[in-house]
Amino acid sequence: MSISLLLEMASSNPDREALVSNGTRLTVGELSTLADGGAGVIAASGAGSVAYVGTGGAMLPLLMFSSARANRAFTPLNYRLSSEGLRELIDRLPEPLVVFDDEYGGMVGDAGVKSMEAGAFNDMARTAEPISEFAGPDDVAVVLFTSGTTSRPKAVELSHLNLTSYVTGTVDFASAQPNDAVLICVPPYHIAGVSAALSNLYAGRKMVYLRQFDANEWIRLVRDEAVTSATVVPTMLDRIVSALDRRPTSLPTLRTLAYGGSKVALPLVRKALDLLPDVRFVNAYGLTETSSTITVLTPEDHRAAHASTDETVRRRLGSVGQPVPGIEVQIRSDDGAVLGPGESGELFVRGDQVSGRYAEIGSVLDDDGWFGTKDVAAIDSGGYLFITGRSDDTIIRGGENIAPAEVEDVLVEHPSVRDVAVVGVDDAEWGQIIVAVVVPAQGSEPDPEGLLAHVRKTLRGSRTPDRVVFRDELPTTPTGKVLRRQLIEELASDVT
Amino acid sequence: MIKTGTRLKSQVCDTEVIVVKTGDGLDDLRAGGVPMREIGADADSGAALDPKFSDGNVMGKRYVDEAGAEVLVTKAGAGTLSVGQVPLSIKAAKPLPASD
Repeated sequence: MSISLLLEMASSNPDREALVSNGTRLTVGELSTLADGGAGVIAASGAGSVAYVGTGGAMLPLLMFSSARANRAFTPLNYRLSSEGLRELIDRLPEPLVVFDDEYGGMVGDAGVKSMEAGAFNDMARTAEPISEFAGPDDVAVVLFTSGTTSRPKAVELSHLNLTSYVTGTVDFASAQPNDAVLICVPPYHIAGVSAALSNLYAGRKMVYLRQFDANEWIRLVRDEAVTSATVVPTMLDRIVSALDRRPTSLPTLRTLAYGGSKVALPLVRKALDLLPDVRFVNAYGLTETSSTITVLTPEDHRAAHASTDETVRRRLGSVGQPVPGIEVQIRSDDGAVLGPGESGELFVRGDQVSGRYAEIGSVLDDDGWFGTKDVAAIDSGGYLFITGRSDDTIIRGGENIAPAEVEDVLVEHPSVRDVAVVGVDDAEWGQIIVAVVVPAQGSEPDPEGLLAHVRKTLRGSRTPDRVVFRDELPTTPTGKVLRRQLIEELASDVT
Repeated sequence: MIKTGTRLKSQVCDTEVIVVKTGDGLDDLRAGGVPMREIGADADSGAALDPKFSDGNVMGKRYVDEAGAEVLVTKAGAGTLSVGQVPLSIKAAKPLPASD
């Protein structure tokens, strides 16, 4: 079983338009033929694996399927890294062939490996002798480096079984309507980019690629390519909502908007729901190690929570929904005991799509196949999952554990707050103190005392921030994860 | 018990499947009344499609046995999928909203 099978099945409809990217258009049949040739190019190079440095577009599915058909693992790399950072990651891959977009040639240049510009790869793929090697279910299909916000990036190994289980378990083959089109603007080196290329091909949706995100360009493409569904990360959602607010534009073809990748502020979700009343919203939660989505908050969940007066239902708007088919979840305390509804602990998951395997480290699954996500979470009585943050981000102040999300969720509801991150800064007296880093709402200059009073109204005193600082924006990864380490370093050097 | 991810081929029609969720029943998985073989294994010469098991199947659909073992049709064919003499049933599609 190989991810190549997904393309094979999709090829039963070879004339269907598979993708559009900066003027390049490929049918499913053309993509499949190119992938066969691409496999030939890879095999002829003698490389042990394939890597890619670039902004994606057609290259992502093409290289991924070419690699699968040559039974080599494929690794898309973060094109924003320095050449040193890239080199460090390339060095960890087994004899890679590095394919790069023209503008990144300089970055890859002296990495001392076989490399090839993307255009050249495409040209050779058109004329190469096609090959097709058999990949087994446990062979590695894709290797993705985690973002390494808290430590050295780990190389997650996603097997053919992990990825095909995810797709066949959550998508019905050829279930899309004939004119369905998805706008993909998530980075190719992120699990969301990888899963988008697989699940949409399998569902039968035309994939429209936007390689460098811009809210106005996103809006234009949705209209021009009659896009019916899209997935965005929270920072993109924020920019799209702001752009639509400034200049109301109808998106008549858009039926579904999915978001995920990092936490999204509730006020932003509500605003999006109100601005786009006919759009179906989906919150998808997952990790690289779980082949992306493991829980989903459905469009019906969104609208029900938004309209409800029952607090239990209302608060589900801030949840990540319920597990997808094939996934089991558990909340465990520090000593490994399985906790009940409403109790907070570490989220563990199990299922065929869960890899939990890293190159150099091996599998971190426990004896029963469970993977510890290091996310602090709780499940309500209805089975809805609430993520409160990374366990590493828990603040310990005077011996008390405080989840940043608890304080962030309250502060972000204040009308003068657009965005906020709450971090723990070392303190001689308390161990750590709570610092709220606030991005003020447009045009407002919030008074710190007012914000603290707002927090005190809802949370007990020990959760009130010790300091409030203001910033124009929070430092984040491209998918919106706040760079808390960076904030803490900046704050530590602010203190005199 | 057959491994999840195993690909099987009919001996008497075009049907090909992969095992999505394994179960003991799949040890006697048949298409067109004749046991399916792993792709690459030799076919039984002389086997013929049993007309009592010729309702066919649909590519991309999932079929389940009574115990919940599940296969996905990767290539459609003329034979009925069954465990022994008991035809498999089509698994109802529970469409998840598009999240990719």
